[in-house]
Amino acid sequence: MSDKNVALMAHLMRRAGFGATRTELEAYVNMGYENVVENLVEPERCDPMDEDILERYFGTTEGGYVPTWMYRMINSKRPLEEKISLFWHHVFATGVGKNQHGLSSVNQIKMFRRVGLSNMREILLELSKDPAMIFWLDNNENRKGEPNENYGRELLELFAMGVGNYTEDDIKDCARAFTGWTFTQPIPLYPHGFYSAHFAFLEDEHDNGEKTFLGHTGNLNGDDIIDIIVEQPATAKFISRHLYNFFVADEPQVPSWNVTPPQDPEAIETLSNAFMESGGDIRHILRTLFNSDFFKEAQAKKVKSPTELVTGLLKLTGTFQGPEPGMGKYPGATTLMGQQLMNPPTVEGWHTGKEWIDGGTLTERVNFAVNEVSDASKPGIAEIIERLKAEGGALSPEAFVAKCVDLVGPMTVSDTTQASLAEFAEVGGDLNLADDDTLEESTARVVRMLQLIVASREYQFA
Amino acid sequence: MTASRKDRVLVVVELKGGNDFMNTIIPYTSGVYYDSRPVVGLKVEEVLPLNDTLAWNPNIEPLKEMYDQGNVAIVQGIGYPDSSRSHFRAMDVWHTCEPIEIGDEGWVGRIIRELDPSGENVLTGINFGRGLSRALAVTGVPATSVDNLDTYGLMTSIDEAQRMQSLQIFEKMYSPAIGSGITMDYLSQTGLDVIKGADELKKAPAMYQSEVEYGSDSMAKSLRDVARVHLADLGTRVFYTMHGGYDHHANEVPSHPKLLKELSGAIRDFFQDLRNHNASEEIVMLVFTEFGRRIRDNASGTDHGTGGGAFIIGDGVKGGLYAEYPSLEPSRWANGEDLEHTIDFRGIYGTLLEQWMGLDPTPIVDGTFEQIYPFN
Repeated sequence: MSDKNVALMAHLMRRAGFGATRTELEAYVNMGYENVVENLVEPERCDPMDEDILERYFGTTEGGYVPTWMYRMINSKRPLEEKISLFWHHVFATGVGKNQHGLSSVNQIKMFRRVGLSNMREILLELSKDPAMIFWLDNNENRKGEPNENYGRELLELFAMGVGNYTEDDIKDCARAFTGWTFTQPIPLYPHGFYSAHFAFLEDEHDNGEKTFLGHTGNLNGDDIIDIIVEQPATAKFISRHLYNFFVADEPQVPSWNVTPPQDPEAIETLSNAFMESGGDIRHILRTLFNSDFFKEAQAKKVKSPTELVTGLLKLTGTFQGPEPGMGKYPGATTLMGQQLMNPPTVEGWHTGKEWIDGGTLTERVNFAVNEVSDASKPGIAEIIERLKAEGGALSPEAFVAKCVDLVGPMTVSDTTQASLAEFAEVGGDLNLADDDTLEESTARVVRMLQLIVASREYQFA
Repeated sequence: MTASRKDRVLVVVELKGGNDFMNTIIPYTSGVYYDSRPVVGLKVEEVLPLNDTLAWNPNIEPLKEMYDQGNVAIVQGIGYPDSSRSHFRAMDVWHTCEPIEIGDEGWVGRIIRELDPSGENVLTGINFGRGLSRALAVTGVPATSVDNLDTYGLMTSIDEAQRMQSLQIFEKMYSPAIGSGITMDYLSQTGLDVIKGADELKKAPAMYQSEVEYGSDSMAKSLRDVARVHLADLGTRVFYTMHGGYDHHANEVPSHPKLLKELSGAIRDFFQDLRNHNASEEIVMLVFTEFGRRIRDNASGTDHGTGGGAFIIGDGVKGGLYAEYPSLEPSRWANGEDLEHTIDFRGIYGTLLEQWMGLDPTPIVDGTFEQIYPFN
């Protein structure tokens, strides 16, 4: 099995999922890259999670859901379902902090999982009917005669088209088209517990007057607006750029997109064409993306989000392969690194790329990673040690470094990093895991090498 | 740039969750207070009168004593127009001074940039506690975030002797390399800044000696860390720390007193410690929270409200009441249920920036707002 194939598969699984163990990677390589992509974009081919066990074990409320979600990320046989949910959560950033109603936020994530790989029309329609979103952007206060433009504006600016592709008048009539799109208030949380809110269309509050939106005139309703939006080349470009930024390589922050061109205009063109020819079919666009050369060449071109860093380490250490206590601490870890899932800072979502990093968050990332790999008895670490042992006999310091970097990644490290790690390896000389007398010491050396690798600059990149 | 210890320093204490100002400085002669708060209201015989209409919560007595000594300015009715009741959004407004649009630069980060434009001293601004507050976040401006001063740094879970070796390797791995790209360069710089900051900071515990015994709670721990770092002369001009747990929708009666005790005890010990070291004159502390709470209680606690209160504390402070206590007259309740704000928080930031730190507040708070004059 060529190292290059394993590295490419690891890249695919980091982007389309949340990483994979070496054993999983080898199995995927044997299946062939394109088949793996098919299984990712057609998740129905693979077994779903057992929802009953999850609900029984983790519960369904706000406090319980992020651990559940993270558990799904590392265990789902349909990793792209979870990754696309995270993608839409980044784009349609909705915070539980405002609604104080965890179940609505949970239902939104479930909706992303359900329709996230369908087509843009369905996704925007579901989004526009989603109680958490309606409340987040005040569409429940959007009524005939007194429109509230919050949702209408963000739908165009942040969710579908981007600044510069519509006018203020388009926003006004877009908002009017969504008047009366609200939700039924769930019964009060105290003392009844969590009940779901549901979408409601209030005819009395809907503005049936004539509207003009992007050149179309008539008594437009919200679904007409969405039909018009998804036909726009601007929408195809905007969503393509979002997908590129999330799955391929870091782009500048979204608000600058109308003035800063994409770093790879051809890639955006390819994705936009896939969008236009399929009527905004996300599976088709992602199939195109994952099979493209620009994707395959984009290894390490993205800073890992805190969620990617944490879940990637959980995959690496092989922990939480079944429900067990302890998942609850991981959402706190990503929060300290700057990403509190289900509670993004603003409707603009998280600033990504380089902006994930500051002195505090880097310290958290490094310390978390170092701590996670420090226990040689964790299944994933034990497997790495077994694999090093299976190399047979003593490993030279160079081979020790190279093998560990390979088993953590595979990843490419700079000469500086390589030399620094080699300096550490040389202190103890050859590594001989076959020698039982020094096994404890050798194991400790492996752990310390892994700690240094996950503390490296390169490890911060996906 | 090493600032001398006599350079003026600002300590910001954020009370997270929305402190109940009405139960901190209590309108104890108002019938409305007792009518509105049958459960969480304090009894008239419990409170510590401040004047004919206002009284201190007895659990914040150390602060009352400092007030009686003339070192506490009470800023009544602090807030901003159309106050948000979301914790997140409200705190964000306080952090970025941007109540309408979404701001991405923290006001304390902007102070750090003003004080140290080239980012020479990574310790110009320090946050104590886990997680860097958005108030300190400005792209490209270093701000150090310390959870535990005694163990601060990278890879702290590693055994000390081995850790030194790992840190040396870390420093080598993070050394800048030409042509490695903007993000890689930035990571290098950030990693090395963290190490540099940690090297400097570890001097502080070694130099510190004090007879003051702080409490064991997180607030006391954080303020003791502030004192230790300040006394070590590392050039820090702004300290930031948080005290959490003020979101008393429920069980306010048993919980709120505990927090006020921790808070006020820690502040008293902190200033005592500084005075013992002849280092109190150059320090001013701002204590704020993202909003006050609803006038009426909910039979267990109080829900999110608007107009709150802040404290400016220090030996250089001219103690007293500033701005106005919000009217309890029901016709003047904001949203029909809240204390209205009587002064904009950005004017209070401006007061500290201009009159204490000697900085132009306009670019930092994004505008010009009414100030108070709480300094001697």
